[in-house]
This record gives sequence, structure tokens and C-alpha cells, in this order.
Amino acid sequence: MNEQIAAGDVIPSRTIHVDRATLIRYAGASGDFNVIHWDEQTAKSVGLPDVIAHGMWTMGAAIQPVVDWLGDAGRVTSYSVRFSAPVPVPHDGGADIEVGATVKSVDGDTASIDITATSGGQKVLVRARATVRLQEQSA
Amino acid sequence: MAVNPEVAGRSYPPSEPYVVSRAKIAEFAKAVGATDEAHFDPRIARSRGYADVIAPPTFAVMISQQGDAGVMKDPDAGIDYSRLVHGEQAFEHHRPLVAGDEVQATTTIEKVRQAGGHSMVTMATKLTTPDGEVVTEATSVVVIRGDDDA
Repeated sequence: MNEQIAAGDVIPSRTIHVDRATLIRYAGASGDFNVIHWDEQTAKSVGLPDVIAHGMWTMGAAIQPVVDWLGDAGRVTSYSVRFSAPVPVPHDGGADIEVGATVKSVDGDTASIDITATSGGQKVLVRARATVRLQEQSA
Repeated sequence: MAVNPEVAGRSYPPSEPYVVSRAKIAEFAKAVGATDEAHFDPRIARSRGYADVIAPPTFAVMISQQGDAGVMKDPDAGIDYSRLVHGEQAFEHHRPLVAGDEVQATTTIEKVRQAGGHSMVTMATKLTTPDGEVVTEATSVVVIRGDDDA
């Protein structure tokens, strides 16, 4: 598929919903039981606006549009982000994260992807980049 | 209390061996909304040339943080965990982690710097199999907020 892929290609964007249940599930799966991710009272007592999403949940969720476009999670060879703002997750209604991705460059079988993630109009990840292998490696 | 800059360059002993399981991969994949069938179905993973179901790209954090725990517990570093915020995270995968892999995390403090009353600690962690194969290299930057910032 890499012959058609070029710098500037836009990977379909996605709105990812997160609510308290999402965070409880991530806490259980990852073992990160930091109270600020599930108890509003504690989160507010340390100066946060509300319960906040795990940064690593956001990072893990934000790569999925790239994985779906690529068709194989195993071909994500590098992925890095900077956490620029917390994602508050209110009890009522939760929060939405808008994830976008663009092909920044293609070099042979390797593409560099820039990823954006915003919530409530704020960038929650910056310098989010992935490197992917465009073709299946022969086993 | 600022983090002691003299711990930069220090390496910590490997974490206990971590065995990657199909169940944990499936559980973690669901938790981050990962739907690639290669996380769940070994036949599909094998058809793509992998030894077993593959871990999502950020799965490795659970293991790398076991290596980073050595830093957190190091009395010389003086990290106040209650003031810790995750600043940056990066993964370099030489291949995906697969079910059945056994890896140990070995962490080195790459850098300690102070800025705006906060301390930034960069930790580089390698996930290595018993044969010495480095599967994933993880880099984390944690920010320890200064005392005045409550």
C-alpha cells in the first residue's frame, strides 16, 4: 500500500469518548490506581479541576486511528508524546478527545506520522509522533 | 525538595522477570480501545509473522515502570512521588512484544534538570529477554513539582 502514501496524507480523524468507566477499566488493566484518576474529591483536593484521565490511557487511545489505517499494530515501531494538559473527565457526560494524524514524511518502507489530540479545545498531547513500517515483513 | 542532579547516569538492577500473557494483552487492548485482531487472535497474529498475539504500542509502559520503580525508591534521588507528574513518554519497538515473552526492565537515569522550581527526570529503560534481545526501549520524563506549587 505504500506506493500511494505520501507526505501530507491525512489519516481519518476520530472522536474518542472517555468516561469514568473508561478510566476504571484502564486502571484495572494497567495497574495504575492513582486516586486522581477515579476519585473526584481527591483530584480536587490536589488542585485538579476534576478526575483526570491517565496520560497513558490518552497516549494508548490516540494511536488507534493510526493502527487502523496501517492495519497492523505491530508495525508501529516508535511512538512518543508530551503530555501538555490533563483531560478532566466529569461524572456527567465524560469527555471527548479529538484525534487527528498526518503523514509527515515517507522514506522507503518507513513513514513518520504526526498526531494531534485535543479535548475541550485544548491540546492534551504535543510532539506526538509515530514511526510506522508500511509493509508487512516476510516472516 | 529538588531531585538530586548527582543521580544522573545511575543504573538500577533489572526488575523481576515479566511474562507477557494473552489475557493481559487482551485486557489492556480493550482498555485503550485497540481493535486490531492481532491483539486477540493468535492465528491472525501468526498469519502476519508474529510468534503469538501482539501487545499494543503502549503496553510496555507497565513493564518499563517496574524498572523505573528503582529510581522512585532510591533515597539518593529524593523523588517525592506525591508531586510527580508524567511529562513525556516514548517507545522504540525493535519488534512488538508478544504473548510468551519474558522481559526484564533495566532503567538508567539519563538526565536530571531543574526548571521553574520543578525537577525533570529522564529515565531510559530497556526491556530485555533472557537471551539478551532488547525488544523495547522506553523513555519517560517525569516532572516533580516544586514545593511552592501546591
